[in-house]
Amino acid sequence: MTSMIPCGDFKTGYSADTTIFPTTTSRNMVIFGIAVLCLAPLVMDKYALSLLIQIGYLGIAALGLNILVGFTGQISIGHAAFFGFGAFTSAWLVSNLHVPVFFAIPLAGVLTTAVGMIFGLPAARLKGLYLAIATLAAQVILQDFFARASWFSGGVAGTLTEPFSIFGFVFDTDERYFYVVLAYVVVMYILGTNLMRSRDGRALVAVRDHYLSAEMMGINLTKYRTLSFGISAFYAGIGGALYAHYLQFVSVEGFTILFSIQFLGMIIIGGLGSIMGSLMGTAFMVLLPESMQWLTDSLAGGAIDRALDLSNSLAFLREMAIGAVIILFLIFEPDGLAHRWKQIKAYWKLYPFSH
Amino acid sequence: MKADTPIFEARHVSLRFGGVRALTDVSFSIDKGELFSIIGPNGAGKTSMVNCISGRYTPTEGQIFFKGQDVTGMTPNNRAEIGIGRTFQNLALFGHMTVLDNIMVGRHHLLKNNFLTGALYWFTGARTEELAHRREIEEIIDFLDIQHVRKSIAGTLSYGLRKRVELARAMALKPDLILLDEPMAGMNLEEKEDMARYIVDLNEEYGMTVVMIEHDMGVVMDISHRIMVLDFGKKIAEGYPEEVLANAHVKRAYLGEADDVLSDEDDVTVTAPAGKVA
Repeated sequence: MTSMIPCGDFKTGYSADTTIFPTTTSRNMVIFGIAVLCLAPLVMDKYALSLLIQIGYLGIAALGLNILVGFTGQISIGHAAFFGFGAFTSAWLVSNLHVPVFFAIPLAGVLTTAVGMIFGLPAARLKGLYLAIATLAAQVILQDFFARASWFSGGVAGTLTEPFSIFGFVFDTDERYFYVVLAYVVVMYILGTNLMRSRDGRALVAVRDHYLSAEMMGINLTKYRTLSFGISAFYAGIGGALYAHYLQFVSVEGFTILFSIQFLGMIIIGGLGSIMGSLMGTAFMVLLPESMQWLTDSLAGGAIDRALDLSNSLAFLREMAIGAVIILFLIFEPDGLAHRWKQIKAYWKLYPFSH
Repeated sequence: MKADTPIFEARHVSLRFGGVRALTDVSFSIDKGELFSIIGPNGAGKTSMVNCISGRYTPTEGQIFFKGQDVTGMTPNNRAEIGIGRTFQNLALFGHMTVLDNIMVGRHHLLKNNFLTGALYWFTGARTEELAHRREIEEIIDFLDIQHVRKSIAGTLSYGLRKRVELARAMALKPDLILLDEPMAGMNLEEKEDMARYIVDLNEEYGMTVVMIEHDMGVVMDISHRIMVLDFGKKIAEGYPEEVLANAHVKRAYLGEADDVLSDEDDVTVTAPAGKVA
């Protein structure tokens, strides 16, 4: 991959060489982007804003899965269950222990971490398909737990919870809650980036790339495989808690294996082993059904609509589109949107001398 | 630099995989500061021996001592912490990481930051610590002359460079005993010369005790202090290079008869007629 450092931009110290962003321009662009997003509630309608909030909390959970699957090379098809556990835990903490929502969200993340590490223990011994089946157990057990433990989840009726608030200021509308999610996304993504450029993050990638030599380098494989599950569950728990206090209602039905697979779809489309790819993939997966909707709407009443009965088959068209897109990505862009984005940047940088 | 305290000792080590006897009753010791080579024909058990030292295999019988401590049942990651580092016969770099990150992984047991302090990077001293180690890593990079590839992805490098990066990674562990499994396999003459120089410097400047498996007899005879010869899992000779070279067992098992190996006498007979012609 071509380096995107402009000519003449020489690093004069190791600290300048270990920054998150390669250049000051790229850093300023991201800060500018976040500032623009802060204006979104002023200009966007409620529906568009709800999509952004959705991208936010799902993006946090997707980053967790990417740390587990993309960076550590493990596999999990129980991510939605951890997401659900975070949602229920936060709601339970607020209603039963009267923990303020402000503290309940990180606390839910910590408790989900503990559960994630328990279910991650098989990872110490299992690999590949066998591990996938072990994590499937997590999915099934937790889902069953949600349905049966009515003291915790409210059973089939679900559970109601309070909105997010600080010092009496309640974030109960989409316009207000957007800022809570935005703050969490920024913080969680910065934490994730820092993790991956420090000791334990490198150890996780080392375990993925060559576990035998990682062990020879002094890395305890059991510890890091379990830790990876813990970190991934933490992100899922935070994402789930944000979801709970957004809708202020958690139902036991949402956290199915299909949702887990959608999380996998997000990180595959976004790019395995890419931090920003997780967010790109989530945005793609959230906006794909919307574009399908738009497509069917714009074709409505035409000959194609009448022939294929599009308006009535929207639901399954969506699922088909998601499946087709995942297959197309695996064939044409296995490194995901993050890689495609890099190539687009390189193209403009190097034009017209691309070689 | 040679001192007469054994840093490593193997006592009656045997290793069996079912009915296959990979090693049979091998005993030897390595002094601190030595450059020790293990040679032998293919399948003789050289890599098995190195795997027993690094902890990849646990011997079926016998004991292994490192710095006077019994490490027979210790896991590889704990052995890395007490000062055993190694490179692999087949390249075992972290293919998708940069060269710099690969070498930094070698610092794992010396760094103190963890997933919490690492994630909070600026506020917990993790940044300061990382930068301090980065400085030391750069010295290793300079020593092995791989500055130009420090930001390259390890998997994209040429074979010779990858071998060098692997050596750098093992050096980053700051080991007292470094195990090199065929460090020169598949290299051209120039790369071999460089690598031999690095190994001698590793031993003399950095003071590391080196255990090396190598098939290039020229290099082995030139730089080793002592040599052990294995054949079919048994130790058939051990001693100074000239002793091993003269050993009848070794000639039969590995070196072949006199026409295959250039002993000192052969050199004379080959060069003398050439001199007359000129």
